[in-house]
Amino acid sequence: MLDDFLVRAALAGLGLALAAGPLGCFVVWRRMAFFGDATAHAAILGVALSLAFAASIFAGTLGAALLMALLVSTLAGRGWAVDTTLGVLAHSALALGLIAISFVHGVRVDLEAYLFGDILAVSKSDLVVIWSGAALVAVLIGLRWSALLTATLSEDLAQASGVSPGRERLVLTLALAVVVAVAIKVVGALLIAAMLIIPAAAARGLARTPEAMAVGAMGVAAISALGGLGASLQFDTPAGPSIVAVAAGIFAVSAVASALRRAG
Amino acid sequence: MKLIEAKGLTVRFGGATVLEAVNFAVEPGEIVTVVGPNGSGKSTLLRALLGIVPSTGEVRRKPGLRIGYVPQRLHIDRGLPMPVGRFLSLPRRRGAAEVAAALARVGLPGAEARAMADLSGGQFQRVLLARALLMAPEILILDEPTQGLDQPGEAGFYRLIDEVRREMGCAVLMVSHDLHVVMAASDRVICLNGHVCCEGTPQVVSNAPEYRALFGLGTQGALALYRHAHDHDHEHDHGHGHDHAHPHHAEGGQDA
Repeated sequence: MLDDFLVRAALAGLGLALAAGPLGCFVVWRRMAFFGDATAHAAILGVALSLAFAASIFAGTLGAALLMALLVSTLAGRGWAVDTTLGVLAHSALALGLIAISFVHGVRVDLEAYLFGDILAVSKSDLVVIWSGAALVAVLIGLRWSALLTATLSEDLAQASGVSPGRERLVLTLALAVVVAVAIKVVGALLIAAMLIIPAAAARGLARTPEAMAVGAMGVAAISALGGLGASLQFDTPAGPSIVAVAAGIFAVSAVASALRRAG
Repeated sequence: MKLIEAKGLTVRFGGATVLEAVNFAVEPGEIVTVVGPNGSGKSTLLRALLGIVPSTGEVRRKPGLRIGYVPQRLHIDRGLPMPVGRFLSLPRRRGAAEVAAALARVGLPGAEARAMADLSGGQFQRVLLARALLMAPEILILDEPTQGLDQPGEAGFYRLIDEVRREMGCAVLMVSHDLHVVMAASDRVICLNGHVCCEGTPQVVSNAPEYRALFGLGTQGALALYRHAHDHDHEHDHGHGHDHAHPHHAEGGQDA
């Protein structure tokens, strides 16, 4: 069954959904959207470095994403203007990454695959990496759910209840880096943030509890992955952007539905 | 046995010293109110005692002290769906009966399923208090809990805190600038302005020269206005101009 590239692609998409759903909720709740972008853009630099040093792409993207995430959260903690800092770092990392890739000789580099994902080319070993990473993130968030939620509500309240907000922030930073490294093969560096935010935002309108929203986001991401793959096959469109487009469509329907419910 | 004790507590943000060498303690069951002008470090004192902001000096808490903390304000992002019942169960799970009892105690029976974002300011503060009560606190720490409430709401909230304290026998430590409302109910008032200016019973503090220098002559509100008007007349009699700044009136005796 795994020999079918479509089955592998579908499993890769579902793996990403498992992690991106709940993590995306925290990205929305904590207003970290641009933080996700910066981390994802750094991954391109990671790709270039791993090509240059013939290291594993997963390790390179994970390392670069982790460094960027830690750098940004440290700078933000020191009172730098977050959106300016993120803007500078995100786009510098992307530009440097693109330049670095152009210097890598002797390897056939399919740049588009890293920018927009190449879900149809997912191998069995990619699947192992994607599912391990996604399961790790899902378990991490599941185990720390209450603490993460408390720290998201209020750092003061968390601290007073014996939850360290700094540790929870680090957990989310690590999870974000892992998801970026996992997702670059599926939707690509430019659309990772979309897979974090859009399913969570789509689930928001119909959820009454944080838990329902996380599960809903997981579901929306899963449907988007499968629907996007189907659409890509049907209409011969690029897979990564198709997945995100389906997610956006679900968001639109959910937004209208919840507006109608509120009005009615 | 003191519940919380600070010795030489000093807090610096960047280069600025917000609190310097504060000595402070709360005994079981007493109501202590911290007053002071804006930026005097009132909230910072509470946050340092709770370990939210780093400080130097010594903060000692009774081992295993159960603290019920009501923060100054809490903004819940609209993107986060949060029913009242779920909020009360964070970070520790609470039983449904426990949650129901706490909500009933603060006058919001049956509010479990309501969204936090839909509550009024007063209701929101009551939910925060309910959350603090679920800790079975030995001390309630409240940081300007009535900020943004109207007068009746404010009075009602303080009445509620008083009732709760009588029932649970817990100590109360709160920050306030609603002097006239709060001081009467306090066992001890601490006047803070980067350091402890003066402390004692409400009567002692409101007569202390340090306190008067910070807050002017009267206690607050109508009384303060009346005293100011009276002062003006007095000054006119002695041929003083109008250009005296109000704070100077408190020290007028020495000036003249």
